[in-house]
Amino acid sequence: MITNKRIPVREQKPEIRRNNFNEVCLGYTKDEAIAEASRCLNCKKPLCITQCPVNINIPDFIQHIKNSEFELAAKSIARASLLPAICGRVCPQETQCEGQCIMGKKNDAIAIGKLERFIGDWSSEHLPTPELPKIQNGHKVAVIGSGPAGLTCAADLSRMGYSVTVFEALHKAGGVLVYGIPEFRLPKDTVVAHEIENIRKMGVKIVTDAVIGKAGSIDELMNKEGYDAVFIASGAGLPKFMNIPGENLNGVLSANEFLTRINLMKAYNDDYDTPVKTGKKVAVVGGGNVAIDSARAALRLGAEVTIVYRRSENELPARKEEVNHAKEEGIQFRFLTNPVAVIGNEKGWVKSLKCIQMKLGEPDASGRRRPVEIPGSEFLMDEDTVIMALGTSPNPLISSTTPGLEVNKHGCINTLEDNGLTSREGVFAAGDAVTGSATVILAMGAARKSAVAIDHYIRTKYNEQTHEDK
Amino acid sequence: MFVILEKKRLNPDVLEMKVSAPRVAEFAQPGQFVIVIPDKTGERVPLTICDYDRKAGSVTIVFQVVGLSTRKMARLEKGDAFADFVGPLGKSSELISESPEELSGKNILFIAGGVGAAPIYPQMKWLNSHGKKADLILGARDAGQLILVKELKENANKVFITTNDGSAGTKGFVTGPLNDLLLNRSCHYDRIIAIGPLIMMKSVADLTRSFNVKTIVSLNPLMIDGTGMCGACRVTIGNQTKFTCVDGPEFDGHLVNFEEAMRRQAMYKPEEKEHDHLCNMDLAVEESHSKSLK
Ligand SMILES: Cc1cc2nc3c(=O)[nH]c(=O)nc-3n(C[C@H](O)[C@H](O)[C@H](O)COP(=O)(O)OP(=O)(O)OC[C@H]3O[C@@H](n4cnc5c(N)ncnc54)[C@H](O)[C@@H]3O)c2cc1C
Ligand SMILES: Cc1cc2nc3c(=O)[nH]c(=O)nc-3n(C[C@H](O)[C@H](O)[C@H](O)COP(=O)(O)OP(=O)(O)OC[C@H]3O[C@@H](n4cnc5c(N)ncnc54)[C@H](O)[C@@H]3O)c2cc1C
Ligand code: SF4
Ligand code: SF4
Ligand code: FES
Repeated sequence: MITNKRIPVREQKPEIRRNNFNEVCLGYTKDEAIAEASRCLNCKKPLCITQCPVNINIPDFIQHIKNSEFELAAKSIARASLLPAICGRVCPQETQCEGQCIMGKKNDAIAIGKLERFIGDWSSEHLPTPELPKIQNGHKVAVIGSGPAGLTCAADLSRMGYSVTVFEALHKAGGVLVYGIPEFRLPKDTVVAHEIENIRKMGVKIVTDAVIGKAGSIDELMNKEGYDAVFIASGAGLPKFMNIPGENLNGVLSANEFLTRINLMKAYNDDYDTPVKTGKKVAVVGGGNVAIDSARAALRLGAEVTIVYRRSENELPARKEEVNHAKEEGIQFRFLTNPVAVIGNEKGWVKSLKCIQMKLGEPDASGRRRPVEIPGSEFLMDEDTVIMALGTSPNPLISSTTPGLEVNKHGCINTLEDNGLTSREGVFAAGDAVTGSATVILAMGAARKSAVAIDHYIRTKYNEQTHEDK
Repeated sequence: MFVILEKKRLNPDVLEMKVSAPRVAEFAQPGQFVIVIPDKTGERVPLTICDYDRKAGSVTIVFQVVGLSTRKMARLEKGDAFADFVGPLGKSSELISESPEELSGKNILFIAGGVGAAPIYPQMKWLNSHGKKADLILGARDAGQLILVKELKENANKVFITTNDGSAGTKGFVTGPLNDLLLNRSCHYDRIIAIGPLIMMKSVADLTRSFNVKTIVSLNPLMIDGTGMCGACRVTIGNQTKFTCVDGPEFDGHLVNFEEAMRRQAMYKPEEKEHDHLCNMDLAVEESHSKSLK
């Protein structure tokens, strides 16, 4: 019998999890997964697929789960996506696949993300690790950045027989998956490190501590080190600030700094040396995933946290599930509120955040109603830390050291949409470096297209059959 | 892994290490820095590149032991390795973009305070190798704290040494000889490059402002990534916020908001004290141990 209600997923209780960094969502058991899979109608025209950026054959893998054929389910997903354990956890499913699921029209949408995650986790426990590709074609490709885009493109090209080297500026591979998204949403060792290890086992070389643009440029990679093509997946890591008075006071930091201290440098763990300071009262400015992650991390370090967002709750760009998690954990929200200044004490530390009340006006270019200030409505919030989570833009390090590489006015690399080709021959790009901050799955999807295009480019150059033709 | 090829103690608190890091050595330029992670659980520690040997693939760093991380680093011996060694980072010194002709007509003065002698050294050496010797004021707390004196003298024209207690050179601060040069001897300098503690760089900049001499300083704020990703290193330069790791580390000293820089550098002081307490005990044990071996 098909039930209307989604099989609930086990989670750590809010009052417990607010004191630890362990994963909040515990995932489905086998039986739960099968029960949830059984709710899928296996639609003839599955709308869910149309909303998945990589077009995973959703009903197909779900039917396999229903029949306890987990390995077949894994293979089905693998045809479209490389990182199911990650996307199952972090995709904004409610606006993508699950948003169009027919079951969701009247009842609960199928928990596609949770099922995907189940298969991702099942695979890492039960399936053998991937092997080195048998045939090497002798061509070299350099990938800059080891986030989802870089890893995906590297894995695809490696499977096609290329010798791929990923250059990563930080000391750990994974991009935002390791430095941005916190442990309680995406476990670093069991999930992220595992996926990266698999990609290494496929023959991809990952060189950490290599800042391209400083330690060699793209031209040097191509001309001196003999790479036939370069794939830029350097993300959008440059933090924005508000340019309001007092923003350089002690205690004001970017979400990137805060999250990097916590995730990459493991400041919450006493065994690690990097310190992090949160204070007792923290204001997080912004409303995206980054803001919610920062707020929940600060809460776990013992602070009382308020999210300050200039639009209303309806416009929050963060994932619904995570907003709800944050509320359950006790994060306060101040909607229609915008900071105008940070006020310091006599020692130069944050004392309060001066904000102004907003109201929603006419829709802006993004279609959302534009917030406008209500004159005279300023007020003070007592805080000792302010975290700015206002979005990020691509780091100019690559574009400024690559002559002829075109970028738009936001610093995003210009590419041809269907293959990631940039204005430079042999240089491709995808992910946040092209789109500005977006999502893991979009980065991955675009990277896969680039991998095909890179294969095509190199083989055309050498007059070889392309991978697709074979 | 980044193996330590040589280790030398320049004074009780300052160590020099030559580290195998071919990729950094290949691209390093004077004025740039590296980030060193001592071990798996370590912090990312920014340090200026003091020398590099492209052929040997090695980079030399000089650091003062001030807290937990530099102490961890000091414990490593020749043959040990750092977990990570990233670079070169930051912009290279403005000097090296100038042609030999431009440089030959210029009068340059370097001012080094304490361990600031280390980052001054590659610049003076570079200049000397391009046929230009500059003057130098070298300051330290006391005679024992002076470092790289011989190496600097070899690459310098006139050298003035000051110590706070007068145990070497003239007694006082670097601003003493500086004032003397600018005011009493009316020396003309096209450019002054000062590297040392913030308070020293501030004093120098305050003094040279009145003489209208272009003054470059090298800032050393707290950093995390060193690539422009976190904003921890932001400083105010002429009312604009800049990220030291990508826009610097060298800036026009007359535009730097030093009060803010000093305040921000002390941001994590209480935390580090806590760490320090434990480590000092470690260190005491270790030191008595090593003494008993000698
Ligand atoms: C806190 C946070 C939470 C998020 N939550 C979600 C979520 O829930 N769901 C979701 O789908 N998306 C989320 N995102 C967005 C998502 O993480 C990104 O869209 C995605 O990671 C982009 O992938 P990428 O490979 O393009 O870039 P990144 O993941 O940013 O990776 C780029 C990598 O390139 C490296 N690099 C940069 N410059 C150089 C250089 N010059 N040389 C060498 N290496 C370089 C960087 O160090 C980095 O490791 C979140 C982002 C953040 C910051
Ligand atoms: C671009 C750059 C280049 C640098 N080059 C050198 C160099 O060549 N040689 C060298 O000895 N040091 C250099 N420094 C400073 C060096 O990075 C710090 O001394 C080091 O990080 C301290 O680490 P710690 O854990 O041992 O001390 P901590 O425990 O972190 O700090 C101990 C004490 O030092 C202060 N401190 C912390 N960081 C700094 C800093 N960045 N500058 C000054 N004081 C600080 C703290 O407030 C505290 O009082 C440089 C810094 C930067 C940003
Ligand atoms: S990858 Fe994302 S959008 Fe696609 S099916 Fe999985 S969770 Fe849904
Ligand atoms: S739309 Fe929903 S019910 Fe239909 S196939 Fe997709 S997941 Fe199953
Ligand atoms: S150290 Fe992070 S931006 Fe400079």
